[in-house]
Amino acid sequence: MIDFFRKQKYLIDFTLASLLRRKGKNFGLLFVYTLIVFMLASVMLFTHALRHEAGIILQQSPEIILQRMVAGRHALMPADYLDRIGRLRGVVEKKGRLWGYFYDPAVKANYTMMVDETKGLSTTETIIGAAIARTRGVGIGDWITFRSHDGEAYSFLVTDILDTVSELVSADLVFLSEKAYRVTFGVPDGYFTDLVLSVRNSREVQKIAEKLSLKLPDTRPILREEVLRTYDSIFSWRQGIVFVLLAGAVLAFVIFAWDKASGLSAEEKREIGILKAVGWETGDVLRMKFWEGAIVSLAAFILGYLAAYAHVFYGSASLFEPVLKGWAVLYPDFQLTPFIDGMQVATLFFFTVFPYTVATIIPIWQASITDPDAIMR
Amino acid sequence: MLLNPAIMALLLVSAVVSLMLLLAAGFGLQVVRHWDINSGSERQLNLERRTYLISTLLTWAFASELVSLLLFIYNAESMSGQFVGAMCATGVLNVNEWGWPTLFLKMMIFFSGAAWLALNYLDNQGYDYPLVKLKYVLLLLIVPMVLAEFYVQLRHFLEMDPDVITSCCGALFSADAEGVAAEVSSLQPRSAMFALYGTGVAALGSGVWYGLRRSGGPLFAILSGVSFVMALVAIVSFVSLYIYEHPHHHCPFCILKSGHDYAGYFLYMPLFFATALAFGAGMIAPWKRVPSLTEAVERDAPRLTWVAISLFGLFYLIATWAVLSSNLVMSEVWW
Amino acid sequence: MFIELTDIKKAFNQGRPNEFWAIQGVSLKIEPNKVTCLKGASGSGKTTLLSMIGCLSRPTSGRIQLGDRTISGLPERFLTDIRRHTFGFIFQKFNLIQGLTVLENIMLPAYPLAPDHKVLVASARRLLDHFNLSSKADNPVEWLSGGEAQRVAICRALINDPKILIADEPTANLDTKLSREFMGLIDELCKSGKTILITSHDPVVFDSPVVNRVVEMCDGLLVQE
Repeated sequence: MIDFFRKQKYLIDFTLASLLRRKGKNFGLLFVYTLIVFMLASVMLFTHALRHEAGIILQQSPEIILQRMVAGRHALMPADYLDRIGRLRGVVEKKGRLWGYFYDPAVKANYTMMVDETKGLSTTETIIGAAIARTRGVGIGDWITFRSHDGEAYSFLVTDILDTVSELVSADLVFLSEKAYRVTFGVPDGYFTDLVLSVRNSREVQKIAEKLSLKLPDTRPILREEVLRTYDSIFSWRQGIVFVLLAGAVLAFVIFAWDKASGLSAEEKREIGILKAVGWETGDVLRMKFWEGAIVSLAAFILGYLAAYAHVFYGSASLFEPVLKGWAVLYPDFQLTPFIDGMQVATLFFFTVFPYTVATIIPIWQASITDPDAIMR
Repeated sequence: MLLNPAIMALLLVSAVVSLMLLLAAGFGLQVVRHWDINSGSERQLNLERRTYLISTLLTWAFASELVSLLLFIYNAESMSGQFVGAMCATGVLNVNEWGWPTLFLKMMIFFSGAAWLALNYLDNQGYDYPLVKLKYVLLLLIVPMVLAEFYVQLRHFLEMDPDVITSCCGALFSADAEGVAAEVSSLQPRSAMFALYGTGVAALGSGVWYGLRRSGGPLFAILSGVSFVMALVAIVSFVSLYIYEHPHHHCPFCILKSGHDYAGYFLYMPLFFATALAFGAGMIAPWKRVPSLTEAVERDAPRLTWVAISLFGLFYLIATWAVLSSNLVMSEVWW
Repeated sequence: MFIELTDIKKAFNQGRPNEFWAIQGVSLKIEPNKVTCLKGASGSGKTTLLSMIGCLSRPTSGRIQLGDRTISGLPERFLTDIRRHTFGFIFQKFNLIQGLTVLENIMLPAYPLAPDHKVLVASARRLLDHFNLSSKADNPVEWLSGGEAQRVAICRALINDPKILIADEPTANLDTKLSREFMGLIDELCKSGKTILITSHDPVVFDSPVVNRVVEMCDGLLVQE
């Protein structure tokens, strides 16, 4: 057993020395390898963190959202629908919500305006997201002005700015009082944007949704579980699309690795010939080459993964910024919660180390079966 | 579903492993047909060099299978959010009839691979390669398993339909349900416990017997296989309940989660490696009488056996500890 | 340990139009503790024969007996094992690995045997001392002169303490003075109990008093003495 480890140590020593002797070639390979790991790991960590974030936010949202549909379009919800629902077994709480999108021509961005009774805002007060505060250049104690639906301008005192921990979602939020909301959007009393129902036992959600659509046939229930499921599959689907796009890069890398492994220089061939002649066995050369692959792979994997980690969690995934900016002008300055799991690492392993290893098996074997007497001819 | 990266990775691995095995089997066929150790012809020299390639390919293929077994379970776990009714890996495996067969095939490939590699290792130590034809014939038996795994896994992922309401561990492993899983769960914990420790004692006993007396190696392998199955049954039947501290939660996967201190890994890792080593020992033990292998068998088979015994022992200790240290008390109900 | 060859044949490119029999039936017995020289023009098959004796390759047919073991039928894996315990090699172009130090080059053949590192370094340094190379131990091999490189190659051949030393055209890259020095070292090694086998077409080698026996080869056959 000790012999086994000692032998591996000798082989690793030799491999490290021979890697360092061919710096140019090996650093080229290491660089490309690291880049591949970096790209895939960035995509993976980023989408995964987004999904995680979205999941956390949705955890706090109500189990059922009820929207009224008119001519297939989402319409305002009359307040008496709350009464028409009546008592449903399992529903803990039901209430109307007021929210909407507000286009601000000054910064050419959409805000999400919401009423939240629990914030205790007076009619002239507001709480805004950090991104809005940044782009409009306002702070706590400043006044911010919105134009209402009928052209009047109303000013609100900023009493608070939402914290930046999970800015990705709260960046464009504006909280108003109910009265201010109705005046700004012209939503008459007795109407809500939609209704939300809290259900205690998640197993009953399905049943309650069925009852709701019977009682209020012109409404559509949206279940939190369904949204979560959709999010889940959309995120992994997006990640998959990016991976398919990157498959070309991985393939190019594999061909590159194959080429590097099979295109041994005359110098390297001679070296393997010498090793075999002085008493190294085919298996020893294979093991030496295996360690070479392992060292390069490990270095590339760690470097690439760390770089991706820094990029996503400390550099706010700045390389993906242009892609994200597509859906909001108010680009959130967010810090994702660092999140790693075994599955990601295993998947990444199979997209990088596995293809590399498979691509090099045959070239390595070809190198290792050099005739021991080749250098004598 | 196919665009999920983990699924792409799993399909990639099983496709590549299938190719590697087909390649190895092709070479293996040539070896079986043309092998002549006494000849110094160039063809024989080339065949001998090929054996290095085959060994390397297969070592990698079986190692990848092991990692892909892990990834398969991780993936099932993480996809549980996407299916109605699925709360853990069980639900995802139940989405269609291909899930469980995939898992079992992966396990079978891992164990056959371990046994094959042990045989290969032994044969490489005999200067006349006495088992060379046998081992390549055995390799031909593993190939269909790998191809089947590729097919079954592909069907499993292709036919995943998020609208299907699947039954999760609560429903599948509940004592009132029907089917193999339910029968395993409804098995009296008392009988499951007797089976666990009974087969354990038998396996350990036969292992010690082999280690001391050098006979009955294959018996040790067989008893280890049986105690492996019994260990899985016992985990579903009662060990997991003690870990969850919940009298009705029979699930072999949820114990892998952080919420249960990753207890599953501590149970499964010794168990799987012990079984693999026992199969390896059982595979090489009978070749003691081949003159060129006697020395290698005498040295390696007991070594494998002792390591396997220690790992089995570790597994039984951990399982026992999980039961004894649990807050769940079933003394009035079960025992 | 004697070496006995019985009707050894070796073919290259078997079954192809350019099939070529490099050795066409050689029987030979090599005495232990002697210096034997295989003499012949290039292409006479002496290097091929040497590589088969040294377990570097396998004969197409025939039998090679090393002591009481038949080695002609052994697969490469076992040939290598015998080779690294029994034979030490000195090659025509020295074949040291560039970029490694003298010490590392000498220890290279021992790596697969995995001896204790301290023991290995100690025995390598002892060999260097013996051949007056201690001052060069940590230099890269590119800095060595021809004679020094030759002596490093000898140290490397001796690191696993083999019984038999094999030298293929050892003086081809040396001038006459260095060649004579080399034969002096060979004499010393032979006296210390090694069996030595040299191929050469250099008169400094085969006419040297150090050589006990000269075997001449031509076109893959022995020229009868």
